[in-house]
Amino acid sequence: MRRTLQSSKLAMRALAVLGALILLVPAPALAKTEIHFWHAMTGQLGDAVNELVKQFNESQGNYEVKPLRKGTYPETLTAAIAAYRQKSAPHIVQVFEVGTQTMMLSGAVLPVYQLMKEQEIKVDWKDFIAPVVGYYSKDGNLYSMPFNSSTPILYYNKDAFQKAGLDPSKPPQTWKQVEDYGKKLIASGAAKCGFSTGWPSWTMVENMHAWHDQPFATKRNGFDGLDVQLLINKELGVKHLGQLAAWQKDNVYSYGGRAGTADPKFVSGECGMYIQSSALIGGFTKGVKFQWATGQLPHWGAPYPKATSIIGGATLWVMKGKPAAENRGTALFLKFISDTNQQMWWHVTTGYLAISNSAVKNLETGYHFKRNPDQFTAFAQLTKGKATPNSQGLRLGNFVQIRDVIEGEMENIFAGKKTAKQGLDDAVAKSNDMLKEFAAQNKQ
Amino acid sequence: MKRTVFKNRWLPYLLVLPQMAVTVVFFFWPALKSFQLSLFRVSPFGDKMTFVGLDNFSKLLGDPEYYASVVNSFVFAGGVTVISVAAALVASGLATQKIRGLAAYRTLLLWPYGIAPAVAGIIFLFIFHPSYGVLPYFLSFVTSYEFNWLLKGWVAMTLVIAATAWTHLGYNIAFYIAGLLAIPASVMEAADVDGAGPIRRFTAIMFPLVSPITFYLVVLNMVFAFFESFGVIDAVTKGGPGQDTQIMVYKLYKDGFIGLNLGSSGAQSVILMAMVIGLTVLQFRFAERKVTYS
Repeated sequence: MRRTLQSSKLAMRALAVLGALILLVPAPALAKTEIHFWHAMTGQLGDAVNELVKQFNESQGNYEVKPLRKGTYPETLTAAIAAYRQKSAPHIVQVFEVGTQTMMLSGAVLPVYQLMKEQEIKVDWKDFIAPVVGYYSKDGNLYSMPFNSSTPILYYNKDAFQKAGLDPSKPPQTWKQVEDYGKKLIASGAAKCGFSTGWPSWTMVENMHAWHDQPFATKRNGFDGLDVQLLINKELGVKHLGQLAAWQKDNVYSYGGRAGTADPKFVSGECGMYIQSSALIGGFTKGVKFQWATGQLPHWGAPYPKATSIIGGATLWVMKGKPAAENRGTALFLKFISDTNQQMWWHVTTGYLAISNSAVKNLETGYHFKRNPDQFTAFAQLTKGKATPNSQGLRLGNFVQIRDVIEGEMENIFAGKKTAKQGLDDAVAKSNDMLKEFAAQNKQ
Repeated sequence: MKRTVFKNRWLPYLLVLPQMAVTVVFFFWPALKSFQLSLFRVSPFGDKMTFVGLDNFSKLLGDPEYYASVVNSFVFAGGVTVISVAAALVASGLATQKIRGLAAYRTLLLWPYGIAPAVAGIIFLFIFHPSYGVLPYFLSFVTSYEFNWLLKGWVAMTLVIAATAWTHLGYNIAFYIAGLLAIPASVMEAADVDGAGPIRRFTAIMFPLVSPITFYLVVLNMVFAFFESFGVIDAVTKGGPGQDTQIMVYKLYKDGFIGLNLGSSGAQSVILMAMVIGLTVLQFRFAERKVTYS
């Protein structure tokens, strides 16, 4: 006993000495102000974030941005909330588009337009692409800095098209053509299934409503208030999901799961067409063995008008409660990433959309789009169509859960457990409860 | 039994203090916190809290999806427990025979326990994936039925049960091997002399003698399946298709950490805790009577 006591005393003393030593190590002269930046980007995209940060850190001497990956999008958001509650939030946090309403109403953020005003940093907001900036603005003011934005497009296997006797330079433009091409692909043995989809709710429900200029929810898709109800169980929704369920039976459509789990269906050549985020162009360019190209989303044609598609991805939110000196570094970093040159670099490196018109124009005049026509598909779809209130985006509380509910019901519909109408009615009823709950949470 | 008496009055309390501290900090405090949360409507950032009484509970009890998750939990926990305990008993019965290379067999049998649930999920995902999995490929030669767990609920449930049972197999085997080795050789030899075959020896001697272990493992596997089977489900099905593999603990996670509905999540954890405590008490009350302790 005595002995252990002595040794533990010794250990304590050693610890104390060690502690003192750590304190004695001189801090680097003129320490830079650290800006903490939490994000959710992995692999190649994570490397691109680190490169971007490095470029900023080397471009000036006062601030050092420290990027830290906190896991998936939901994990990053949860971590930021926990940190905020313990008063140790990062300066900047990357939040996916479905978390927008939650962040806006949280009272925990400093809107980007206000930050720039406080720091007297001029940003030409008018130069930003409307469908991107609209998604994240309130009363015409930008709340978070668009970072990685994409929109769903159609990918198709040119080799398989050739084999099936289809013109490999012409992607299908209507859903009727998707059906015909799908059947031809299967009949000729060029593919086992016609097409598959990634992010089912985003590509097949949210974007289909915008693309056909139909409302997704009341109150201008939620932009005009919290008292919102979904409208996806109307004619277009029922028609589209009913058709997908019918196609599922003869393999014209092959459901491949949520998020990106269906990617292998296209990459392996199993399905000849694939509707997924435009941000996959980079990955497909490296990882796909056959010839492929892209086209705009298929459309049902008359009587539905054609609008633009909507975006997905994430933005950077600035957390409230930091000293003005640190906010200056945050503001300079956000200004840096929105500059034309950085935007062009970001787009070419990652495949995400460039968010300023000047960057897009430079990419056009620099023949980037001529050489990489597939990278232009998403821009064309977002900017050349008619922007309407139905296509400006979605502003819903509890949106993460709502997406989950919709995708759960889509699976019930595709499995034949429910009709399209039943499934969508159930999705709407459940989502409306969640919207009510969110409105109640945010009332006082 | 000899009673141990401490000379110092405070020493025994001091000795149990660390364990109590751990229990309070990691069990009682979070449990109380959940209970508190369950009575409030909480904004995602936790800054606005409104007392709503039992609203969160009554909402859950009026939600068919919640009942579905309760049913799923019982199917899942029952399936995992039966499969992993039964398979472990059979495997241990074989691994206590006198055979060549016994040590190697035993090591291999214990291995799966060293694999993290999420990793086990990924392994099963690769084997069973409808697009690129090995098993569906071989099954397609035998039957034209599509084992597509992305759309078929029962296939998905079978898959997560199999994966979870597999991860827990090694743990159960370790206990059974120890139990079977503790059976006196004389008893077995006597049975041998009396002409009992291997099956009779198993049912008449081995099974009753390891019944305390079986009982312990059933309770433990149940609790494990209810509480800690999150990794496999998150990695493989994420609760889908529809809500067919959404067990209570996964719904709790989704509502709380993805949906940021902390009040409902708190209420769900209170219900789950009450249920698991109740289940364990029931098992001790009724099942233990049938257990023979030697």
